[in-house]
Amino acid sequence: MIEVKNLHKQYPNHVAVHDVSFSVAEGEIFGIIGPNGAGKTTTVECVEGLRVPDGGTVSVLGLDPRRDAKEVRQSLGVQLQESSLPDNLKVWEALDLYCSFYRKPANPDRLLEDWGLTEKRNSPFGKLSGGQKQRLFIALALVGNPRIAILDELTTGLDPQARRDTWDLIEGIRDSGVTVVLVTHFMEEAERLCDRVAVIAKGRVVALDTPAGLIAQVESTQRLRFRGEVDERILKDLPEVSEVHRTGDQVVVSGTGELLQVVSLVLARHRIGVRDLRLERASLDDVFTHLTEGRTS
Amino acid sequence: MKKMTFVELKLFLRDPTAVFFGLFFPTALLLLNGLLPFSKEASEDLGGLRGIDIVTPIMVGMAIALVAITVLPVHVAQYRERGVLRRMAVTPFRPFLLLVAQVAVQLCAILVSVGLVILVGWLAFDVSPPKSPLAFVLSLVLGVASLFSVGFLVAARVSTAKSAQGIGSLVFFPMLFFAGVFFPVEFMPEIVQRIGDFTPLGAVVQAMRDSWTGASLEPLNIAVMIGMALIATPAALRLFRWE
Repeated sequence: MIEVKNLHKQYPNHVAVHDVSFSVAEGEIFGIIGPNGAGKTTTVECVEGLRVPDGGTVSVLGLDPRRDAKEVRQSLGVQLQESSLPDNLKVWEALDLYCSFYRKPANPDRLLEDWGLTEKRNSPFGKLSGGQKQRLFIALALVGNPRIAILDELTTGLDPQARRDTWDLIEGIRDSGVTVVLVTHFMEEAERLCDRVAVIAKGRVVALDTPAGLIAQVESTQRLRFRGEVDERILKDLPEVSEVHRTGDQVVVSGTGELLQVVSLVLARHRIGVRDLRLERASLDDVFTHLTEGRTS
Repeated sequence: MKKMTFVELKLFLRDPTAVFFGLFFPTALLLLNGLLPFSKEASEDLGGLRGIDIVTPIMVGMAIALVAITVLPVHVAQYRERGVLRRMAVTPFRPFLLLVAQVAVQLCAILVSVGLVILVGWLAFDVSPPKSPLAFVLSLVLGVASLFSVGFLVAARVSTAKSAQGIGSLVFFPMLFFAGVFFPVEFMPEIVQRIGDFTPLGAVVQAMRDSWTGASLEPLNIAVMIGMALIATPAALRLFRWE
């Protein structure tokens, strides 16, 4: 659906994108994550045709976003990071207007309903809450029945509940057959939603994999946490265990490999009952810190 | 495009500042002027005309300048500042056409505002409509062309609505002064009159006054209006930024 090869983009004072390549497959939710100023937004702006790359190639649905702009814009729905609408424009007017831009527009009433804006249809944009504005932007991104939706920082500024609601809706978009590109700096969001993630730091792709794959890359150490009376020695003897730490009845076992299975087996063999056993895995946050450490500009 | 223009019209009508200054302010000023006693007495200094006979064509120039220099740049800057133009750039619709729709709405506003001035001048103060309709239409068209090109030049780069307002006023008020809006040019020193001749609004006001009395338009006034449009339009196009 999208093919970016060796993208390079320079601004007067700095290089925003050094060398970025990735491709997005049909029907997936593709995440682009990275610290602020890493070049994420510039990259998607080149895909959207808002910026001209200084090097490399970008193709969207086999088309050039600049040369075939007209066609590309018909099938690309975009939610921009910094954009808004006139305060006096009413919700239904915005949707109705944007519908008129497209050859095969979606049903605006349906979109209002899907995005929980039916009650707000006569409200002026300026009177909407942050979450409502954001939902309207997503609805506007989908108004042309796009094949690809690019959503840049879509949950920034939303409270946790609104963020979770938005995630469900994004999955809904994908389920309706739209390929989604999600630009974010929330790792939790990428981990929850994305099929594959490109990590961008300082204008380069430093990793590209499924969230699980990325986590596995850094997941050399795991931590097992439980409460119970245990003789530390029986655990320390295990080859998988590197460290056992206890405070009161709280025990933390660090190690690698099949840590959970091995430790539970030993505990069972010694008939030691433990409570609150849980394995702490690395999250995408850890991956992110690991990959982008010292690279933040 | 029809829908876009309609939406822009609605947005214009929902903006009280734009409605007041764009539609009613020149007529209000005309009415205030009409309340002053000397505005209704024929004056030697004004070639036998009454004050109100001069003020009416001046208010027509004012109507154009208000929209072109104060309303237009603020609206364009607001759209740029808020990313409205950018957002539109990723749709099949071209942001350029949004500006066209905006200009269309503002032109309508000017027509209404000018119509009101003429009507009120006529009914309330017995100022007959322009003696030379042809000269009037020509002055209106050239006046719009020159003042809108200046408006777009002001709007070309400003990044916020606030700065558009500031720069707009910085251009607008001296322009009013030199065009004889505060005091008719007859009462101003020669040097101010000369400068006024070379400002677009000065030229518009002079041409309007001539079209009212039926005198033929001054070639200098026409040249200044056309010249301004020819200089400012390409400059605005070159400097214009969408974001």
